[in-house]
Amino acid sequence: MNVIRTVLIAAAVLGAPLATAQTAPKLKVGLMLPASGTYAALGTAIENGFKLYVAEHGGKLAGREIEFSQVDDESDPAKATDNVNKLIKRDSVDVLVGSVHSGVAMAMAKVARDTGTPLIVPNAGAAAVTGSMCAPNIFRSSFSNWQPGYAMGEVMALKGYKSAVTITWKYAAGDESVGGFKDAFEKGGGKVIKELSLAFPDVEFQALLTEIAAAKPDAVYTFFAGGGAVKFVKDYAAAGLKKSTPLYGAGFLTDGTLEAQGADAEGLLTTLHYADDLGTPRDNAFRLAYAKAYQIQPDVYAVQGYDAAQMLAAGLTAVKGDLSKKAEFNAAIEKAKIDSPRGAFTLSRSHNPVQDIYLRKVVGKQNKLVGLASRALADPGLGCRM
Amino acid sequence: MDLGTFLIQCLNALQYGLLLFLVASGLTLIFGIMGVINLAHGSFYMIGAYMAFALAPIVGATFGGGFFVTLLVGLVLAVLLGYGLEWAFFSFLYDRDHLQQVLMTYGLILVFEELRSLLLDDEVHGVTPPAVLSGTLPLGELMTYPVYRLFVSGVCLALAVGMYLVFTRTRLGMMIRAGSTHREMVQSLGIDIKFLYRIVFAAGVAIAVLAGMVAAPVSSVYPGMGNTVLIVCFVVVVIGGVGSIGGALLAALLVGAVDTFGKVLLPQAAGVLVYVLMALILLWKPQGLFRAG
Repeated sequence: MNVIRTVLIAAAVLGAPLATAQTAPKLKVGLMLPASGTYAALGTAIENGFKLYVAEHGGKLAGREIEFSQVDDESDPAKATDNVNKLIKRDSVDVLVGSVHSGVAMAMAKVARDTGTPLIVPNAGAAAVTGSMCAPNIFRSSFSNWQPGYAMGEVMALKGYKSAVTITWKYAAGDESVGGFKDAFEKGGGKVIKELSLAFPDVEFQALLTEIAAAKPDAVYTFFAGGGAVKFVKDYAAAGLKKSTPLYGAGFLTDGTLEAQGADAEGLLTTLHYADDLGTPRDNAFRLAYAKAYQIQPDVYAVQGYDAAQMLAAGLTAVKGDLSKKAEFNAAIEKAKIDSPRGAFTLSRSHNPVQDIYLRKVVGKQNKLVGLASRALADPGLGCRM
Repeated sequence: MDLGTFLIQCLNALQYGLLLFLVASGLTLIFGIMGVINLAHGSFYMIGAYMAFALAPIVGATFGGGFFVTLLVGLVLAVLLGYGLEWAFFSFLYDRDHLQQVLMTYGLILVFEELRSLLLDDEVHGVTPPAVLSGTLPLGELMTYPVYRLFVSGVCLALAVGMYLVFTRTRLGMMIRAGSTHREMVQSLGIDIKFLYRIVFAAGVAIAVLAGMVAAPVSSVYPGMGNTVLIVCFVVVVIGGVGSIGGALLAALLVGAVDTFGKVLLPQAAGVLVYVLMALILLWKPQGLFRAG
């Protein structure tokens, strides 16, 4: 039985057409994710997660067989509008899912607003997606940049820190993350004494590390990801700051980077909506199924892809697979309670997850759960009018 | 900013400048002497960094050596790679216009990135510095400075001196300098200019690979790392004057200082300051600070 199940999942995952009698026409899902470039690994994880959920339901959601149309967006905002139009006009997809890069997601959101095609964003955390660009048919299954930052601000204020320095790349994600941190930290009685930044994707941190050393704050909050996160954590330790000034960050600082950061990351505390060892039955089941299907452990991106599929399923089920009932479809997703591996979440009025943010600690190449940093945290959704 | 902080920032600026020189010198060599705009130069830097990461276990298993043996093996491979590339691709580019050179070397970037993705992966990797150099030095009470960064600066200085001596004091250097300006004349004097160019190109590639390998422990290793380096390298080469090693050194130190102090004193404009510097210098000296030939 297990063998058959695995084969079925594998077949569905590989996109092999299963010979089944059709009742309704196939539902076309347009996956616009990075398959090349820096974010390729993230795109793959999201795609895996999404397809895992579909495969678990026999390749069908609400009775409609799912067919995928895929475009590699290369994380290039300049090509984004063309790529979305390829999916909508050439492939005439019913639903859009994407993407990782915020700039690309913004272009998708614009097209989705204009055409009314449902869009589920499985990563990009830009505030505008569920802020000024929000629309009845645009949803996010991941996070807003503001959320982990705000949760960490609460944690650090509670720890009794009075002064902090922030350091990030000078671009939307960094600014929004630091903004969230500042909101909560100063509300809790702390003071951000210096906001350091450098142009994206510059990784020459030495000058700014010297500034941190000279400013002597109680603690440092940072937002970096990928290669920049690895270098920053190593440089921070090499500058001797790890011993004198504790470093905190949004979870991307230590997600997918621990192997490269090695001992320099040990003990770092970060906030995110997922951890490697939540230990809930729901998460355990998900992790087992994912590992079986793909022979690797899932990460937060896989969860976000999986939940994007769950959100689509919630909407489709409410309209019995009939996407022409747009208002009902949108309302159903808005009201749905998503049984996510990260813990159940609902959506805010502006369609961003209202979710628990966890405090995690790096222990031996894993982001171990320490506790809850912020319960049912909702993004303020500034500028959203629906 | 007090004196102690200022001095540390000066050290940061010097160290960054020297690292820039290390990467840019190979570019100015190829660009200045052979007249080829080599966009793939950043890829050679990337290849070097990935060699430091991927070769270490293989070299460790075969020769039982550590970081320095890996460095040596990497250099040998780099010379072979440069020699082969010149023979297969670049030797056809000398008489073509710059657009064709840009097109082909841009194509090489895509090929190298894709090969990297196929052979290794798209993950970020760290490289540990050799144990001898992994310590830190205290700098006042403020912070510590990794010994390895000082070692990198030492390598850069040694290379700068070495290149200067080869160019000004050796027969090979004389032939290269002559070849860069009077190609036909050098050829008619019985010097195999094709072979000479092949050596220069291989040396340029080797320097970029060396830079990547030496920088790997401080910069970490990640996809697309060559492209960021490439842009700032072109800035250094253009400011210094195309083909001038001394100019590249001075320009690299200038860029290092402007970048470091810009980040601290004018953080809002830090991203553009280096380009403003380039624009100003080109207004003053359209050929760059020192123009070779």
